[in-house]
Amino acid sequence: MENPVEIREVTYAYGEGALRREVLREVDLRVGPGEIVILTGPSGSGKTTLLTLAGALRAVQQGSCRVLGRELAGAREAERVALRRRIGFIFQSHNLLGFLSARQNVAMALELDGGTGERERLERADAMLASVGLAEHAGKQPGQLSGGQRQRVAVARALVGSPGLILADEPTAALDKASGQEVVHLLRDLARSRGTAILLVTHDPRILDVADRIVAMEDGRVVADDAARAVNG
Amino acid sequence: MNAMSDLRPAARGAMRAPGFLSGSWLAVRLAWRQLRSERARLASAIAGVMFACVLVFMQLGFRAALFESATTLIGAMRADLFLMSPMTLASFRPETIPRVRVSQALGVEAVQAAVPVYLAQASFRNPESGRRRMIQLIGFDAEAGVLDLPGLAAMREALKQPDTIAFDARSRPEFGPVLRMFQEQGPFAVQIGNREMRVVGTVEMGTSFGADGNAVLSEVNFRRAVRERPQALVDLAAIRLKPGADLLAAQAALRAIMPPDVAVLTQEELRRHELRYWEEATPIGFIFSFGSLMGLIVGMVIVYQILFSDIAGHLKEYATLKAMGYSNAHLSRVVLGAAGILALLGFVPGTIASAMLYGVIADATFLPLAMATERAVTVFLMIFAMCGVAGLLAVRKLRDADPADMF
Repeated sequence: MENPVEIREVTYAYGEGALRREVLREVDLRVGPGEIVILTGPSGSGKTTLLTLAGALRAVQQGSCRVLGRELAGAREAERVALRRRIGFIFQSHNLLGFLSARQNVAMALELDGGTGERERLERADAMLASVGLAEHAGKQPGQLSGGQRQRVAVARALVGSPGLILADEPTAALDKASGQEVVHLLRDLARSRGTAILLVTHDPRILDVADRIVAMEDGRVVADDAARAVNG
Repeated sequence: MNAMSDLRPAARGAMRAPGFLSGSWLAVRLAWRQLRSERARLASAIAGVMFACVLVFMQLGFRAALFESATTLIGAMRADLFLMSPMTLASFRPETIPRVRVSQALGVEAVQAAVPVYLAQASFRNPESGRRRMIQLIGFDAEAGVLDLPGLAAMREALKQPDTIAFDARSRPEFGPVLRMFQEQGPFAVQIGNREMRVVGTVEMGTSFGADGNAVLSEVNFRRAVRERPQALVDLAAIRLKPGADLLAAQAALRAIMPPDVAVLTQEELRRHELRYWEEATPIGFIFSFGSLMGLIVGMVIVYQILFSDIAGHLKEYATLKAMGYSNAHLSRVVLGAAGILALLGFVPGTIASAMLYGVIADATFLPLAMATERAVTVFLMIFAMCGVAGLLAVRKLRDADPADMF
């Protein structure tokens, strides 16, 4: 089976001419099927840029970046948009639409698939919310939920479309320790049960235990790539 | 987490983008849900569209009323061709033509009748208050029946009497309660110019921007009332053709025999000549167009502001949707959908309010103002275009929602 993420010798720079600043230098990164990889490192190490490249949110400048079997180097905008539909994103903040209920927010991820009907979308959204423990809150708007609950809705939204890959950026940044742990373990359990690979950027040491592998970055390069000590803790 | 086993991942790789119609429906539904969530903002947006709608309706209504009223007299004349001085700008201020041209017209084979029409403005003394006001006098041969106004036919004989007039019951009220007085006491004396004349009946014609009121009288009585007018000069000649005669051929024949001091116009040409005066030679047409444009611009700015701040306030959410795979085109449809919804929600109450306002203003000004389907369609298209342009301007803000900035 193909690796969901296969990045080779990717170099990326912001700015041009004298202002050019390389943030990634010949980075290699691989995420295997069903693997949970945590990308860590200090601010400015380039880990977030790497994540946006893997998420097809930026155009690849140099090197090869294959995600879910699609080469992103030289890919057109429309191809990148299409690929993004097969990736589940989880952000630092939940970014839910405040005027939609939790159920409607989750169903938004399914509206991109023309093969689904309204009823099916809402049923799947309800089932997904139930599996993140929010069955009773499906009709509430984000403003009526706690921070941890909102992030769980975001997890449900990322997973409901059965993505081939989940990309998460500091998903616990806005949460206290307990809710952070809860959300990340939930994410790990759901991904495991479906065999979905996760690439997660964090420098929160409290959640490193969910990883199969921890990749450390510094100054635009990968400096360590180790199997995690406490797999499946 | 036991519920997980219930979740069967959907068939992979089967995903296809929704069709244009269902995609648009989802976009519009999202737009509506967003608009609905902020009631105050929605209300102000609707009020803005309504305002523009009412303003445009008023401007176009006034404009149409002006044009309609300006040609009431011409429309009321039962004639195929007209002789008019080429110097005449508008019928309420006519240049004269020699009376002999009317007789000359009879020299053309197809002409059945040629009738002189006299137009002049004279002062009319309000029979109640005694105040003077300029009234439009329309003099014509009562026998020839060129003028077809409601109520006129019955008065043909009465108007042949010396110093008699038929008063336009739809003249402005400043002329006095002539209709009521006539109904109460029958014919009574009024002063036109410096002459005493008798009101022997009323007709229905209506005011225009050129005339606050009208009085119809016979050719002879016209000359009595307007003494300074030389007998040999008339203002307009109405020509009726024999049945089955070719209009354009007759026009050409008349042109061939007429000296250049008269123009030969069909009724439609005369009507358009009159309209052109109001549209081009006066600032009135421009004022109404300008007023409409202003209304649309104000409405557009309001709608743009609302849509823009909706996007600007939700940039992160829009960026998230883009990261999830929503295309810029789909999100543009959401914004344009919101614009369309605002257009519709503002247009409906705006039209109802305008129809009511038309009634109020028509009662107050005696102008022929009424809601017309054609105008409603025009205004709807204008409002829709207005919101569309506002939407297109606001859509540019979507570019600032960059999913790459989300991480």
